[in-house]
Amino acid sequence: MNTVVLLKRVPDLVEDLEVDGSGRALVAEHLKLTLNEFDEHALEEALLLKEDGGGEVTVVALDSADVDKMLFTALAKGADRAIKVTGVGAVGGTRELAGVFSDVLGSISHDLVLTGVQASDDVDGQLAPTVAANLGVPCIEVITGVEAGAGTVTVHKEYAGGVLGEFEMTLPGVLGIQAARQSPRYAPVSRVRQIQESATLDEVAGAGGGDGRFSIVVMTPPKAGEGAQMLDSVEELIAVLDSKGVI
Amino acid sequence: MSQDVLVVAEHGQGELDDITFEMLGAGKALAAQTGGACVVALIGGGQLTSQLGGADKIVAVEGEGLENFNPESHGAALAAIVEQAAPRVVMVGYTSMGMDLASSLAVRADMAHAASCLEVQAGDTVTAVSQLYGGKFNVKTDLGAGPCVVSMLAGSSPADAGRADGAPAVETVAAPATAGKVRFVRLIEPEAGDVDITAQEILVAVGRGIGNKDDIEVAEELAEELDAAVAASRPIVDSGWLPKGRQVGKSGVKVTPKVYIALGISGAPEHVEGMKGAATIIAINTDRNAPIFNVAHYGMVEDLFDVCEELTEELQDR
Repeated sequence: MNTVVLLKRVPDLVEDLEVDGSGRALVAEHLKLTLNEFDEHALEEALLLKEDGGGEVTVVALDSADVDKMLFTALAKGADRAIKVTGVGAVGGTRELAGVFSDVLGSISHDLVLTGVQASDDVDGQLAPTVAANLGVPCIEVITGVEAGAGTVTVHKEYAGGVLGEFEMTLPGVLGIQAARQSPRYAPVSRVRQIQESATLDEVAGAGGGDGRFSIVVMTPPKAGEGAQMLDSVEELIAVLDSKGVI
Repeated sequence: MSQDVLVVAEHGQGELDDITFEMLGAGKALAAQTGGACVVALIGGGQLTSQLGGADKIVAVEGEGLENFNPESHGAALAAIVEQAAPRVVMVGYTSMGMDLASSLAVRADMAHAASCLEVQAGDTVTAVSQLYGGKFNVKTDLGAGPCVVSMLAGSSPADAGRADGAPAVETVAAPATAGKVRFVRLIEPEAGDVDITAQEILVAVGRGIGNKDDIEVAEELAEELDAAVAASRPIVDSGWLPKGRQVGKSGVKVTPKVYIALGISGAPEHVEGMKGAATIIAINTDRNAPIFNVAHYGMVEDLFDVCEELTEELQDR
């Protein structure tokens, strides 16, 4: 089974994020991007499927700063091919990104497309169902396990409270991965360096992704509720626990 | 296009989920702004109509195989309802089921879409406020005059506003044929965990800030002194550091302990959904801008290890 994994870079939420003068975007300067954590699980699940039953894993990402390193890391983990989609620039949302990816998917032979269930900046919907709708293929979101069959996959979809729905899906199709069956593997830096020297990234010119059909009015930090009362010491913390009658 | 608001009911195992009533309350308020009706889309679950008295009308699709959620057949049924009802706004839960329906509908019916919504307003255009970037920013979008799809975060509106008995008129739409590419097999109930975290008075919850598996011991030692149990946010469980039964949040469980101590948890909306009902929330995080401080009653901007160790020692000495 040949699997394509769509990788997206998102602002690193560990960093301080600021809204720019327009009030409608994050300050781009110094904005640190990182691989969407759910995409990392999607890649892991694809690698596990390859280990289970063979086939090739292709990763695809839009060109952006530091994307080469991310793609070489995916190769170091075991992906067979990495495609960098060039000439697209910044995309304004999921619909636009899905348009670019859907177009690229038309030129890659595949059975299954995996991507993260969601991303922290998904303002206009999720990538997996949007790509699937573009391609006219089935899709299931919030997947925590995939097993390959003959022209099908059997998957576990997670609902609230840890209840799982088991489904069988005819391929080709798209899955939005919540969590791989195991924690994403680590690629040692030495292995990434080695791959960087021996492997190449394929470049594909991207086409425009279409209209996202929305405009951002303003971005604001959430209104703090009444706000947390800040404590300065463990003594104060103990006093709080005491007042709540739990110690 | 009508001025109606269409609320997509969510149900499982014969019961309507809270999100349905939350959206029904929000949908009625929105319909008052558009001047249209608040209509419920009910796919399968025909026996549930008497609980949907809050709606002006129900448009139902019944058919074989619709009693259990199926992204393909429920997606096709929703598309048929939307075609018939021609609503201005379709409200879907930002939930596991809703994620399969909303984006797909938006593309196929060529509608604008806002996900992860806290609120929606309608005037000349429809605007939505989405909670994004792990809860660090609210993003207000203009979706145009309509029609559009909005995916509502669980807990964004009170469920009580949508609960009412009664029997609104039910209009039936024939179940559309599908290609049968997605087949429901079965539901799997979670295995009983070692500890029922929903029954605990005190929870010590760990998030990504804990750093690695071995350091969870620090939280366990504190929990032991407090006679509490250790809970976790999703990344900890996805990493296999704690069992699934310990997960609090959207895909875990909802907890309402007396005291919830959040260690190194940023406060992403998916987590907050599961713990905001705790009577007292104490958050310890090195990032003073972490959204967890917006829901916490008490906060400390400190290294969680320093606080845990000192607190554990102090409690041992008491």
